[in-house]
Amino acid sequence: MVIDEKMATVKEIGEVARSAKLELSEEQLKLLSEQLNNTFSFFAKTDKWDAEKIQFDYHKNLTSLEHYHEDIVKPSLPQDTVLGMTRCKKNGSFEVPGIL
Amino acid sequence: MQLNELKAVDYLNMVKSREISVEEVVRDIFQQIDRIEHTLKAYLFINLEEALSEAKKMDRRIKDNDIPPLAGLPVAIKDNICIKGMETTCASRILKGFIPPYDATVTSRIKDAGAIIIGKTNLDEFSMGSTTKNSAFQVTLNPWDINRVPGGSSGGSAVTVASHETLIALGTDTGGSVRVPASFCGIVGIKPTYGRISRYGVISSSSSLDQVGILSKGVKDTAMLMNIISGYDPLDSTSSHISVPDFLLSCTGEGIKDLKFAVPKEFFKQELNIEVKERVADSLNKILKLGGEIEEISLPNLEYALSAYSIIAMAEASSNLAKFDGIQYGLRMEGSGDLEDMYLKTRSEGFGSEVKRRLILGTYFLSSGHYEDYYLKAKKIRNLIRKDFENIFQKYDLIIGPTTPIPPFEIEERIDNQLTMLLADTYTIPVNLAGLPALSINCGFTSKERLPVGLQIIGGPFQEEKMLRVAYNLEQELKEINTVEPNLLF
Repeated sequence: MVIDEKMATVKEIGEVARSAKLELSEEQLKLLSEQLNNTFSFFAKTDKWDAEKIQFDYHKNLTSLEHYHEDIVKPSLPQDTVLGMTRCKKNGSFEVPGIL
Repeated sequence: MQLNELKAVDYLNMVKSREISVEEVVRDIFQQIDRIEHTLKAYLFINLEEALSEAKKMDRRIKDNDIPPLAGLPVAIKDNICIKGMETTCASRILKGFIPPYDATVTSRIKDAGAIIIGKTNLDEFSMGSTTKNSAFQVTLNPWDINRVPGGSSGGSAVTVASHETLIALGTDTGGSVRVPASFCGIVGIKPTYGRISRYGVISSSSSLDQVGILSKGVKDTAMLMNIISGYDPLDSTSSHISVPDFLLSCTGEGIKDLKFAVPKEFFKQELNIEVKERVADSLNKILKLGGEIEEISLPNLEYALSAYSIIAMAEASSNLAKFDGIQYGLRMEGSGDLEDMYLKTRSEGFGSEVKRRLILGTYFLSSGHYEDYYLKAKKIRNLIRKDFENIFQKYDLIIGPTTPIPPFEIEERIDNQLTMLLADTYTIPVNLAGLPALSINCGFTSKERLPVGLQIIGGPFQEEKMLRVAYNLEQELKEINTVEPNLLF
């Protein structure tokens, strides 16, 4: 695959930004598109790769994967403490703007 | 010598033998902070009143012969590690005002052992950077030359140690974030094996790469604090069950004649600064003098490490930072009335430009159609890099080389592309990809500007003892170098 095929358009970057829940002005979007396309060329090294036959696995240091234990219910943070970190709460719940 | 200049192990000996009081030391530290912090800007929060009150309490405990292991040891903590009741921001506007309702496991372990928290230190926002310039609140300066960066992302922690604004500090290391600032500030920095230290309560940047580390004034200090914070934690499913040795036993003067060292030729390529190369060569000669055996080796897949790291780190960050949406804590910006608009306004206002860039890239790498081309491929490259290291550690005890290819660079130096931005991390990133432990110690200075140069010692999984043994032996050989201090008369 050649890099040109990977060049992201301003429109595509705008859509990705929207999925990342980030709002950018037209100017920021254009600047970021240029930066991102420069960045993609940095990843061109990996194009030389034939990754088809290579496997991946997880950290081998994770000895916890060999140590299963029973689920034990322990006290959670009190509701007041959790709600104490937001100014928007109502009837013991987080308050958010309407979805519909 | 002022008491704030003490090494942590010397402090503990003197406090336990009642030669000095905890309060005296803590007061000297706050005097130093008062004198230089306005220039260096290493702390985001200074815990003055509580630390002094804790010091007085600790002195009373010591008087009553109730002496905990850390006996009031002053510790600075990177501001991405939670401390109950103390603001934790990750140097980001999006977390301004966030007061954690619980301690990170490393925090509770050092508190239980009697440490006193001096304050929270500056970092690149969400640990994204190698300079500590990417903080939303302030730029931290290098005490060896205030026109230069201290390295990052744990630059605040490194500066507090190097300038005696604390005795020891905690940081985190995702791609070199402890070792690079340790190298740039002339101190000791360790990134232990992935899983050695709990990450519970550490605000994640890239979960498969992050690890808590220690920044200290000496190898023994590092070993001492490793003893306190290492070990399995049921609250972190990635923490290891492997038993924790007494790391201080590695610092008893046992030689290194039985050890074989590998020097990767890839660490000595064109981009390596000539003076860094010379100082590292001096250290290799000292290892030979101490009886160590050195051979040149190759890590053939290293050239792909930066690309693989960037993809994995950004992809994981985009997922981890999705939770900062303004609902439960931190910044909340009201939009035009609907939920989607609130998310957009909050995150766009709360995150800095470098974080946004990485989140967008990370989202792109994980999106349908690009996942196989980038993320999956990066994970495969990571596996090959790990296998390269495994092969080396079948024949050699440790890998040794420079920590960074360059000495600390100027704050105003333009960083205009991804490659330059990651250049400082070139030799540290592969270690995180492979989940290995590594340590940086100061091995000398550049001749003209007198800037510190770091030597990196890399071990196999859970081989921190060997690393500490070599570092301790080298530290003894480099005693003259390690008595040189930054000129703090700003």
